[in-house]
Amino acid sequence: MAEHILLRHRDIPDIDQLDVYLKHGGFEALRQTVTGKTPAEVIDIVKASGLRGRGGAGFPAGVKWSFLAPNVFPRYVVVNADESEPGTFKDRELMERNPYQFLEGVALCAYAAQANEAYIYCRGEFWDLAHRLEERIAELEERGLLGRNLFGSPYSLKVVVHLGAGAYICGEETALLESLEGKLGQPRLRPPFPAAKGLYGKPTVVNNVETLTNLPPILSRGADWYRTIGTAQSPGPKVFCLSGHVNNPGNYELPLGTTFRTLIFEHGGGIPGGRAIKAILPAGASAPLLRATDEILDTPMDYESLPKVGSMLGSASVIIMDETVDIAWVAWKTTRFFKHESCGKCTPCREGTYWMLHLIDRLHAGGAVEADISLLEAVARGMQNKCLCPLGEFSVMPVLSGIERFRPDFAAHLGNGR
Amino acid sequence: MLKDTHSSEIEAILARYPADQKRSAAMPLLYLAEQAYGYLTPAALQEVASLVGASPTQVGSLVGFYTLYHDQPGGKVRMQICVDLPCALRGAETMAETVCANLGIRLGETTPDGAVTVEGVMCLAGCDKAPMFQSQDERGIHYHENQTIESAMAWIEQTRRGGSDG
Repeated sequence: MAEHILLRHRDIPDIDQLDVYLKHGGFEALRQTVTGKTPAEVIDIVKASGLRGRGGAGFPAGVKWSFLAPNVFPRYVVVNADESEPGTFKDRELMERNPYQFLEGVALCAYAAQANEAYIYCRGEFWDLAHRLEERIAELEERGLLGRNLFGSPYSLKVVVHLGAGAYICGEETALLESLEGKLGQPRLRPPFPAAKGLYGKPTVVNNVETLTNLPPILSRGADWYRTIGTAQSPGPKVFCLSGHVNNPGNYELPLGTTFRTLIFEHGGGIPGGRAIKAILPAGASAPLLRATDEILDTPMDYESLPKVGSMLGSASVIIMDETVDIAWVAWKTTRFFKHESCGKCTPCREGTYWMLHLIDRLHAGGAVEADISLLEAVARGMQNKCLCPLGEFSVMPVLSGIERFRPDFAAHLGNGR
Repeated sequence: MLKDTHSSEIEAILARYPADQKRSAAMPLLYLAEQAYGYLTPAALQEVASLVGASPTQVGSLVGFYTLYHDQPGGKVRMQICVDLPCALRGAETMAETVCANLGIRLGETTPDGAVTVEGVMCLAGCDKAPMFQSQDERGIHYHENQTIESAMAWIEQTRRGGSDG
């Protein structure tokens, strides 16, 4: 893509300075929206743009906002900046390097939701970033770009940064709300969804950082323009996080529908040492592993195409593994992660991740038998569709897909083959 | 007491949330207490609990749930090396093992001089700059990316001499 819509600092390096952002049209979308459009009109534009949530679920953002319980106030906007999926590091770059576009997006969302308070929930590890965001919010308040009576209108908005403290589960939106209320980050049973009863029991919109960063360009350039990027079902640009065995790991902003091959070989510079690519995790630890065949490499990365080849786009955190990688070790890594991060609230996830790890540990310790692989599969299948939230559901995906698509890697550990 | 030493910070934290939702301030206040006392003592939990109108048990449970709160003293600084999948693919486990071997400790332990606790942690969203670690001390949390065994050891030596740049 010639022009960066989201990673705009790649084109304008000092756009993290407010005056530079303003010089390049910053806060014009917010000014025009607050002074000239109704919240309902904003929701219609975002619906028409086809913007889908970039946190992983891919749910249409405008539709999500339209579910807000009518005539119930106060309402809240909560930004999910808990970026914790292994292999995901896009929201951090957006907030660090193009922070004002993100903050303008927060304000646009809050206006559409008719919320006067927005909370940015940053993972605790983003300590420096969160403190810098607080300074920037204060600066925007001083300039009248956030705060009371924006642009002379009756609309006021207070934005607060809230730090988490190390818990992957808080990326799940209802766990995040619990955490923001000062409780353990454990998911709520849904319904009710946050749009009906969210933060403090009030109607709440929860959106990811990247989703909101799309809003200023959508509002200033229009839904039709936005739809010229990406595919019909998955419009717009996407920041793909590329990590693992590639020569140039990093964030790449590309249209949805770009193929793995283009991302990995054109942008990522291919596999180090000329080795062969073996496997891809397209959505961090939270999706089935793919064998890196020609068919997979030529698959467009969008919300529709990946399920057709047996995986998911999720947050588009693409982890590459070369031919030297033992997929039974990958399954151990991801299971260890999910077992550590399981919040313990629901039994299938709490016990299931424990037993999956126990069985994979046995495989690596040596002395495991064929029946142990079947038992591992049985435990994983026993968890499917029974967990309270996606964490447990995701935890079985690398395990089941690993056994199905890379069985020899597991079988190699049987008997004395550690 | 935090109320005596950090009253303006406490006031600012409480002001971020609706007046009837003080409990939301529990997590930021725990950070404040951790920075003030080095770790979260039972007395600190009592203090935070009374500030937000929750029970010490409710506040204490947060400490067990979230990994950045510590109820035991550690080294002067905690070096938390990401050993999750993307970092591990780029040598993080070897780095963590070697750093520990050089220090004569195991992962999770503190050097005998009390300078550094080395821990292995889950993904820190620095996968494109792996291997990497974060440091946590009374000044907060900072990232150290694109590390090598040599740069990690050099950082530890600098920290030991008290000249850490964070």
